[in-house]
Amino acid sequence: MVFAPGSETLTLPEAPAVSYLGEGVQTAVKLLITGHFAVGKTTFVGTLSEIEPLRTEEPMTEAGALVDDLTGVPEKTTTTVAMDFGRLTLSQSLVLYLFGAPGQQRFTPLWRDMTLGALGALVLADTRRLEHSFPVMDLLEEHGLPYAVAVNRFDGAPEFAEAELREALDLLPSTPLMLCDARDPASATRALISLVQYLLSRTDQEPA
Amino acid sequence: MSGRRDRGLVRPYVVTNGRSEPTRNTFDLVTLVTAASGRPNTGLTPEQRRMVELCAHGSLSLAEVAAHLRLPVSVVKVLLGDLVDSGHLLTRAAVPRAQLPESQLLQEVLDGLRARL
Repeated sequence: MVFAPGSETLTLPEAPAVSYLGEGVQTAVKLLITGHFAVGKTTFVGTLSEIEPLRTEEPMTEAGALVDDLTGVPEKTTTTVAMDFGRLTLSQSLVLYLFGAPGQQRFTPLWRDMTLGALGALVLADTRRLEHSFPVMDLLEEHGLPYAVAVNRFDGAPEFAEAELREALDLLPSTPLMLCDARDPASATRALISLVQYLLSRTDQEPA
Repeated sequence: MSGRRDRGLVRPYVVTNGRSEPTRNTFDLVTLVTAASGRPNTGLTPEQRRMVELCAHGSLSLAEVAAHLRLPVSVVKVLLGDLVDSGHLLTRAAVPRAQLPESQLLQEVLDGLRARL
């Protein structure tokens, strides 16, 4: 945030233009894009969103909640939690929202809002710090939210065989694991497809 | 400077008259919101009026309304409850769960994603 010289006006970034939904849209669904700090959540959402990704901030009111890593932002003293989200219209009647949020927000109403009614979650992971993904996966399991894991490829990050990654992440055999590049629309779309295929396969197993 | 620049600085619970809970508890981040036509805006607070004006041109999710108004989701839920009660705004439940089997919904999502490749 910047104070203009000689002015008391607080300068905020320009608001994105409002892009309304198509008139036929009847149903909205949401998926959570989650993972630890700086794993590429916002990038992933931005790659797929048809609108400029939006952000909402919520004042933090509950004890025990943590804000995201503040390293490098020494002036930041406000306690708000933020979520970034984007939108994909999938058909004339159906729209998908992608909500990106760090797992540290677990005790906040915003996290509750994001998980409640979500179809499932995609956990982004980084091979340089796989163990940082554990709290996020624990949290999703606590909430009963099914998830798939996508290893976001970072330049220079170590590469492992799938079996090694599965073991390191302690995944159930049924949990999908894939590689993706959060900057690439086709790769990010394929990661979501794997997640939704998995979610669909789970409904087949449930009694009718 | 336009009035927009002041918007983020209003204390959230001033605009909800001190309340933190909406009059109903059925709003989701992806509840779709649109304005009802023909309701006069007289008597609305500035924030309520902005919300009705934003939704007068088409549908948006609750999360988008919050982002565009630069208000917390919790505050928008309270305002939305009031404006639905007063007949200014209409909502569509995010997923009409009882009406649509989850597998059918997931299949539609899958088809939509595949069509993007």
